[in-house]
Amino acid sequence: MAAPTSDRLILPRYRRDPDGTHAPLNSPGYRSTQLRHPKQPLVLLPQMLTEVTGPLLGPGRLGELDNDLTRQHAEEPQGQRILVHGRLLDGDGRGIPHSLVEIWQANAGGRYRHIGDNWPAPLDPNFDGVGRTVTDSEGRYEFTTIKPGAYPWKNHDNAWRPAHIHFSVFGQAFTQRLVTQMYFPDDPLFFQDPIYNSIPDEKARQRMISRFDFSRTTDHWALAFEFDIVVRGREASVFEEEEDEDE
Amino acid sequence: MTTPSQTVGPYLAIGLPWDDGPTVVPVGTPGAVWIRGVVTDGEGMPIPDAMIETWQADPQGRFDHPDDPRGRVEGFRGFGRCPTKPDGSYEILTLLPGAIPGEDGAAQAPHIDVSVFARGLLHRVVTRIYFPENTEANAADAVLGSVPEERRDTLIAEKSEDGYRFDVRLQGGAETVFFDV
Repeated sequence: MAAPTSDRLILPRYRRDPDGTHAPLNSPGYRSTQLRHPKQPLVLLPQMLTEVTGPLLGPGRLGELDNDLTRQHAEEPQGQRILVHGRLLDGDGRGIPHSLVEIWQANAGGRYRHIGDNWPAPLDPNFDGVGRTVTDSEGRYEFTTIKPGAYPWKNHDNAWRPAHIHFSVFGQAFTQRLVTQMYFPDDPLFFQDPIYNSIPDEKARQRMISRFDFSRTTDHWALAFEFDIVVRGREASVFEEEEDEDE
Repeated sequence: MTTPSQTVGPYLAIGLPWDDGPTVVPVGTPGAVWIRGVVTDGEGMPIPDAMIETWQADPQGRFDHPDDPRGRVEGFRGFGRCPTKPDGSYEILTLLPGAIPGEDGAAQAPHIDVSVFARGLLHRVVTRIYFPENTEANAADAVLGSVPEERRDTLIAEKSEDGYRFDVRLQGGAETVFFDV
């Protein structure tokens, strides 16, 4: 694509997220950040070949039932069955096709299948809480799962995590890699959760809340929630190098 | 409008690890090296609930990706993923990347991009692994050159018996250089 007479690589560029989109790495309300946030300033990394490419991980990573967390065992898990669906989009509203989406979550009682989780809600022998899928040609994904429960943690007095599902997406470039959490509408626990509230911008925070989607709710079967995940979009032009160098 | 990032939490290990995650190339691949290290916090304590991901070019400096303007070269996954063990350690088996074209015709020294996820990290942090034997290429590398000289060593792996050692110190003395990507 680069003109053969040029020694300049013509690469796509990805917009940097505006301030306030993500949480400060030092978020004192969330105690675990205290010893884990870098104290030195981050060094600006130009977007070169390694950054504008990324792993393209697709169907080879999936088992048959990886997108249905209610059918991975002999019997069904306890809890409210839900369909979680949405699109993986870039910042310009374009669906990102054929891209791996991974989720993990607590069971209906708010307990993870993990040796470190010993909060006394029962483990569910029929629920692992792990799912994977690949987006379709328009960037859509779907999971069938159960609504996770809220659970207590030790961050502060009487601390509870709002119900949430962890999402991990790759997009198409290293710059687009994102791990986030999907929350449920009208959760009464938002006000006291320092992880949810670590995002400075109120509108950005609300982008982590799914939408109840009655149109996809299935009679006598499952409620439905819609959650679109947006990763960074490309710069409109790759030729405005002179201006960009001052960023 | 990007969706905000959130922590992977302490229970990332139920969802993210893959059996073949740490092996970018299969065990026994000629020329493969182990990159091993420990992830530590501001008190130097190992972090048992972190995850390292790596992304890199193949030994010829090519990427299995359509946005490589020189053309996609298929077959090298280029991606590694390893959760840390209780002692904070991780390991990645891979082939050394080749030199990679940079800006204005200057080559970049061989490097691996690294994402670090952990409980307590609300957003991944990004670093790079460079290799100690590439003395001249490292000295000419624009990214290494943009890092304060006294901190550059944190980006250069040490040679070990079966590959390299690359520790990640999230905070404190000899804090690893992290990048805003």
